[in-house]
Amino acid sequence: MAVVDYLIPYDFSPVTILGFVLVLGFYGYGLLKMPEEDRPGNGRILVFVVGVMMCYAVMQTRFDYYSQYMFFVHRGQHLILHHLGPFLIALSNPLPVMRFLYSRIKPGIRHALKPLGWAYRFLQHPAIASFLFVGLIYFWLWPPIHFDAMLSRDLYWIMNWSMLLDGLLFWWLIFDPRSPVSSDALGYGKRILLLALVALPQMVLGATIVFSRGMVYDVYEVCGRAWPMPPETDQLLGGLLTWIPPAMMSILGILIILRRAMREDGKVAPYSEKLKATHS
Amino acid sequence: MSNRFKPHFPRSLSLTALMTVAALLTGCFSDDESWRGKDISGLMPELAFELTDTSGDTLTAQETEGEIRMVFFGFTSCPDVCPATLQKLSRAVKDMPGDLQKDTRIVFVSVDPQRDTPERIESYVGFFSERAIGLTGEEKALRELSKRYRTTFGYDDPDTEGNYNVSHSGAVYVFDRQGDARLLFRPDLSVDDIRTDLVTLAEENKS
Repeated sequence: MAVVDYLIPYDFSPVTILGFVLVLGFYGYGLLKMPEEDRPGNGRILVFVVGVMMCYAVMQTRFDYYSQYMFFVHRGQHLILHHLGPFLIALSNPLPVMRFLYSRIKPGIRHALKPLGWAYRFLQHPAIASFLFVGLIYFWLWPPIHFDAMLSRDLYWIMNWSMLLDGLLFWWLIFDPRSPVSSDALGYGKRILLLALVALPQMVLGATIVFSRGMVYDVYEVCGRAWPMPPETDQLLGGLLTWIPPAMMSILGILIILRRAMREDGKVAPYSEKLKATHS
Repeated sequence: MSNRFKPHFPRSLSLTALMTVAALLTGCFSDDESWRGKDISGLMPELAFELTDTSGDTLTAQETEGEIRMVFFGFTSCPDVCPATLQKLSRAVKDMPGDLQKDTRIVFVSVDPQRDTPERIESYVGFFSERAIGLTGEEKALRELSKRYRTTFGYDDPDTEGNYNVSHSGAVYVFDRQGDARLLFRPDLSVDDIRTDLVTLAEENKS
């Protein structure tokens, strides 16, 4: 197969291509038009683009073919859509670009977008966000649902898009660049707690898949594999990918939040005025 | 005081919303228990193909309309899955009431066109059942058909004698008289279960 065959989509999805073009287009437009002092540095732009392109690559290249017919590649695809891609996008802090783009939206449209804001705030409630984050993994890996999702083209796209969007919501909540001291962003302690909490059920699920004797996901058996590979090996690798890298992502996330919290220690002392008053 | 209740409101609201979503989803995916095989109604597109039959002529899905079609992907050098499945299907068809047998069709699609010539496929499927037909085509057409039914196939590297293994779907896709995808027979389904489902399907709006 020629290189180009690996780069063209296996299952061409105009909506997906349009989505990625719009995201990169708006980001680029924002970068060019926004005031220089707010513009993110080259490193951050690179991290953002790499995150977006990773998600694109697993959805609209030959990678998608292998994801449909190999369980472990499918787990790798979701690792990128739900974890690594959104992790990088959120970490690159596109907030200044988003703020600038928002300022360009006409007030009338801004008003019409309000319900979207309510839905966003609802989904970003820490309990709901973490429930959704883990719940979606369990939902799509529940064997009968997984079977249907791999058989139906529509369900397959719903699955991948729901994983990507939910990944963006969750990691954005965790890496919200605003300080909890001066805004209503989630406190660092809570962020760390969420990261630890979501890691546990993922580890349990991954270990369950790794240690199950029988075939948990027979859809790959039923639908044929991309190449002849023992089913046990496929399931074992898939289980490991569900188990170890997400747990490592949580730990990495915790370290990044800890670093941020330690940097802010002592910088802003919200209670100092009060304390001074009581001590004098 | 009224302030105190405010924070509780969104939480109960979110819980209700979550439960509604969960209830809706279970509704969507609940299986119809009356089938022994897996119900795939609405999950897959209707039957469509244009392949070469064992006499070397082109055959399309429309030409087989009106029959219950059981589509199976395989290859004639297949050591285990294909003979076992074809054996099961032909026995299930033989066990059906006589007048319903002629409404069924076992469609064996060879995904190994390099080794499987029409003659070879003909003697292969003829060995199992007179209700079976064998089809094949160029690899591109076979890839398109298998992609349509969310399946694939792959070839192992050939050994010194030129023999190679082919990975393919182990399932049988069942289409009703109109060509709508209805059932999926997993490899472990028994002959009796297959027969029961086939009879039910064949008796549905029987002409």
